[in-house]
Amino acid sequence: MAGWYDPTTLGTAPRSHLKEESMFSTTKARTRLTGVLAGVAVLALAACSSGGGSTDGSSNDAGGDGGSGDTIVVGFSQVGAESGWRAANTKSIQDTLTAENGFDLKFSDAQQKQENQIQAIRSYIAQGVDVIAFSPVVESGWDAVLEEAKQAGIPVILTDRAVDSEDETLYASFIGSDFVLEGEMAGEWVSENVATEPINVVELQGTTGAAPAIDRKTGFENATKDNPNVTIIDSQTGNFTRAEGKTVMEGFLQAHDDIDLVYAHNDDMGLGAIEAIEAAGLVPGEDIKIVTVDAVKDGMQALADGKINFIVECNPLLGPDLAEIIKKVVAGEEVEKRIVVEDQSFTQEQAVEALPTREY
Amino acid sequence: MSTTAPAWQRATQHRLFWPIVALVVLLAVNTINRPSFLSIRLQDGHLFGSLVNLLKNGAPLLLVALGMTLVIATRGIDLSVGAVVAISGAVALSFIASSPSPDSLTTVLVAVGIALALSFVLGVWNGFLVSVLGIQPIIATLVLMTAGRGVAMLITGGQITTVNSAPYKAIGSGFWFGVPVAVVLAGLVFAAVALLTRRTALGMLIESVGINPEASRLAGVKARSIIWTVYAVCALFAGLAGLMISSSTMAADANNAGLFIELDAILAVVIGGTSLAGGKFSLSGTLVGVLIIQTLTLTVTMLGISPSVTPLFKAIVVIAVCLAQSPKVRDLVAARRRRAAPTAAAAAEVSA
Repeated sequence: MAGWYDPTTLGTAPRSHLKEESMFSTTKARTRLTGVLAGVAVLALAACSSGGGSTDGSSNDAGGDGGSGDTIVVGFSQVGAESGWRAANTKSIQDTLTAENGFDLKFSDAQQKQENQIQAIRSYIAQGVDVIAFSPVVESGWDAVLEEAKQAGIPVILTDRAVDSEDETLYASFIGSDFVLEGEMAGEWVSENVATEPINVVELQGTTGAAPAIDRKTGFENATKDNPNVTIIDSQTGNFTRAEGKTVMEGFLQAHDDIDLVYAHNDDMGLGAIEAIEAAGLVPGEDIKIVTVDAVKDGMQALADGKINFIVECNPLLGPDLAEIIKKVVAGEEVEKRIVVEDQSFTQEQAVEALPTREY
Repeated sequence: MSTTAPAWQRATQHRLFWPIVALVVLLAVNTINRPSFLSIRLQDGHLFGSLVNLLKNGAPLLLVALGMTLVIATRGIDLSVGAVVAISGAVALSFIASSPSPDSLTTVLVAVGIALALSFVLGVWNGFLVSVLGIQPIIATLVLMTAGRGVAMLITGGQITTVNSAPYKAIGSGFWFGVPVAVVLAGLVFAAVALLTRRTALGMLIESVGINPEASRLAGVKARSIIWTVYAVCALFAGLAGLMISSSTMAADANNAGLFIELDAILAVVIGGTSLAGGKFSLSGTLVGVLIIQTLTLTVTMLGISPSVTPLFKAIVVIAVCLAQSPKVRDLVAARRRRAAPTAAAAAEVSA
């Protein structure tokens, strides 16, 4: 697993977390370029039989010294910088899609607004990039702009978050964690370790309408619904940020006397909740237990310090996988529609052990 | 306001009557909803309770609103305070994060010093645009409002900078003789501003500049330096608020820290009865305005309504308070009452 945490090992270490095993191997420039053109043609055919394919060749310069001369122009629209997880995710992508690795990355930050993302994607279409990748801030409302990308013959790769479009041909692949499973892991731990007696749970949801918020809620509910000891007494959005997590938790503490456990959809909201719990004169991790998802550095530190009780990991280092998928898509190879990144979970003891070697 | 009017009538005519009524109603709603709302307890020598939280969370807004009151009194407005909040937090946390010893008091003091100095410089820039170049305040400060967040993003490298530093954390979450440090700091600033403007001629000079800058200049008031100073001071206060906000979560979020705080501050000033047309200002009014906004935010959360709809409730309160304060509406209501009385008497006669 060690190589998995290292974003610099692009294309060298085996990716055991990928369901899909085959790897892209570097080919001679000439065959590569042919492959690229063929790939786009196949993609355009498979997509909608619109005469795409012209957008591609223009941005590939044909200088042939071992494949590195072909620069793949990638337009990436990031959600924003709302959490430590996102910071690690952004860094992983920027560190992998570099000029040395044969990419020209156009990166934009949508500041958690869908309209900014749609605008960014439109500008990438206008610029005629080779591949568009983005983490959709919410699930719905993407059909129109994805249709535009499809018409322009530009393949789209979703990272980290899904869209709810019924037309699966609108994107080439979705790479990210299984959020429902993450919620279930959190719920199972709570059910087995805390809910041996009746407990009241409050939930800090992610951004309203975002895939991880919807799925982590569903997963947690699935895993705890058979345990009569678990009562979810309140659930509100903290928008994945520390500040809002803190505000909402303050409200929860005002409104309820008997909170036993906080389930936060990410570490940062959990960290905000810690501040609110401490401000109310209670001890986080003891008076009120905290379970979160993500396992970023600050969250792991709080877990090791005993302020958080359990964290389900959601791996942010998607850069190497994204790079691999992009190369495959551009080369016209078959890619899986859904690539699941496998996650683990941490208890307080495991966090103490894992902390020194964590990379994010 | 004749001396013969009954005491209650004089009270209702006080300009802060309706804002205070609104505040009391909000507190009452919270107390009914949750009887323990007003209780304050002492634990480990620190004060805990909803009201303490309310004051602590309101401290940054009070600082920003104080500066805004002075700026508005000179017939100006400062839209850039939210951006200054973000920059100040970003600078302080980036400095602490890059220093070898984030837990040392010296590091934190230097970080605070740099952040406040930079905020002051930004204020001087605003003041220069307004007082020297004569650019309209709303345009002059709009520049920094839009550019400022970009600057903050640049400082943090587009990431949310987080640090662990006990002395820095004290600014937002610490206690001083049982009272939250943020409340103490805001209280001291409030007292200082009140003393300076109400116990010296400064307050009157600011008001005179707001009422008529040209006339006050001709009367020997240094209008330019006064205007310049209030913008600088306003940004300085915003910088201090930025330190509190970033300290309370120990994270510098360039996108969201102090977002829309300029609007909340302007709202607090207006609720407090200071006219946007400049001139007379009321610091106690601003304090009441800040408390109303803060209590309202808390009430919405406590009632289980999503924080994202809080602005709607703010808008309703603003409309209600502004209507209650408006002389025209008051006259209309009074006229209606006078008309209603004879009509009722006539109706009684007819039915008899």
